Amino acid sequence: MNLLEKLDAAAAARKAQLPEGLGAFGIPIEESYSATEARIGERRVLMLGTNNYLGLSFSPECREAAHKAIDQEGTGTTGSRMANGNYYGHRALERELAEFYHCHECIVFTTGYQANLGTISGLVGAGDVVLIDGDAHASIYDGCILSGADIIRFRHNDVADLEKRLRRLGDRSQNALIIIEGIYSMLGDQAPLAKIVELKNAYQSTLLLDEAHSLGVLGKTGQGLVEKTGMINEVDFITGTFSKSLCGIGGFCVSNHPQLDQLRYISHPYIFTASPSPATIASTRAALKLLHDGYLLREQLWKNAHQLFSCLKKTGYCLGPEPGPIVAVLLDSPKQALTLWNGLMEHDIYVNLVLPPAAPEGKSLVRCSINAAHTAEQIDRVCETFSRLYPAVV
Amino acid sequence: MSEITQVQITELLCQRLACFTDVDTEISPETNLITHLAIDSVKLLNLIMEIEDQFDISVPLNALVDVLTVQDLANLIYKIKSSS
Ligand SMILES: Cc1ncc(COP(=O)(O)O)c(C=O)c1O
Repeated sequence: MNLLEKLDAAAAARKAQLPEGLGAFGIPIEESYSATEARIGERRVLMLGTNNYLGLSFSPECREAAHKAIDQEGTGTTGSRMANGNYYGHRALERELAEFYHCHECIVFTTGYQANLGTISGLVGAGDVVLIDGDAHASIYDGCILSGADIIRFRHNDVADLEKRLRRLGDRSQNALIIIEGIYSMLGDQAPLAKIVELKNAYQSTLLLDEAHSLGVLGKTGQGLVEKTGMINEVDFITGTFSKSLCGIGGFCVSNHPQLDQLRYISHPYIFTASPSPATIASTRAALKLLHDGYLLREQLWKNAHQLFSCLKKTGYCLGPEPGPIVAVLLDSPKQALTLWNGLMEHDIYVNLVLPPAAPEGKSLVRCSINAAHTAEQIDRVCETFSRLYPAVV
Repeated sequence: MSEITQVQITELLCQRLACFTDVDTEISPETNLITHLAIDSVKLLNLIMEIEDQFDISVPLNALVDVLTVQDLANLIYKIKSSS
């Protein structure tokens, strides 16, 4: 098989899984009306598949900041942070994120994906070990591959399995980086952080926590799982993204280890890419303030999440392990998931569809994500639709 | 367990692989995991987890890139087991 034939084979396999014409992946959004509604084709749909957890995508403060930055600094930086792309805004955002986490060091990256790639590949290398959760995001896997370290996967959220693997490493555990996530993107469950911290201390390893989905969502000021569990001083490195609750694009790593700064000189995903645009940085700075003060938004988000979780559970759907802004409906077959996804779409509700092998344990997922801007009436409508579709799906 | 030989590991893998594949075929050391047995990445990782528990080892994912056949996998497991 030549290179192009290999792609043809992959395309054929994909088409066999998904009926022709079903646009579940890469669906064209024609217009965005608000944090909860958009137009897809001729339909005005309720968006229940975004990562806009605090509903800030249309916040006047963020929009105004972005407009101003474009007018004052132009549309793009046209260069790396190492060269001509290191603006005042990038440095200010780094200071503000460091302050937000009460940490000394912060590096801003151009995307959250690159934050993981750059941090992981900067911290570990050939001869070192990374221990990653079985449900880790692709950016974590890719960062590990880029690093050249030995990649060992432990069973999802299974502390005993992680301990076994640390023990097997012997002295090498001191050169091991454990990587976990605050909230996992597929099932929406949280990492058992306190227990993992105990292990990392016992085995003198280093811990990296990706707060991509938990930033703005967990903790009094929205720091994430570190704040909810009071573990901020126990985690060595925290990465996160601007693309979810902060409604921008970009990513970061914060730490109290002064060595983090060295990554600016060795980390290719930091150096060999243009820095985030001024508008992105400005809206992210404004969003970070709203996130920090967004106690009421978090309260609303969790109220909405509990409403959807308990209603779907009552209807009889099989859900992820715990309530949260990601509510995953687990189905045994891709066919069931497609029936549900189509049914929701016919009722003008957009959710995410995840099919094997992307979904854990060979399951298929219809993955809903809630935000603080959803109204109780909207969630009621979603619940009603799910329960109407139940007999046809399960 | 530390006395286990490469041949024993290969035999054990052939037995276990029969449960992981839908393809009805005789499994030998030369059998290719992907082209002959259609073992996808998720199934392979599940099989690896099982083997890891059985031998009390961890198999790094990056070491799997060179694994094509049952024999390759047996060699890798033997190497990790004997150096642990
Ligand atoms: C856990 C996790 N980490 C990192 C990322 C990457 O974030 P970004 O969209 O900023 O590249 C994502 C995004 O999907 C994610 O889910």
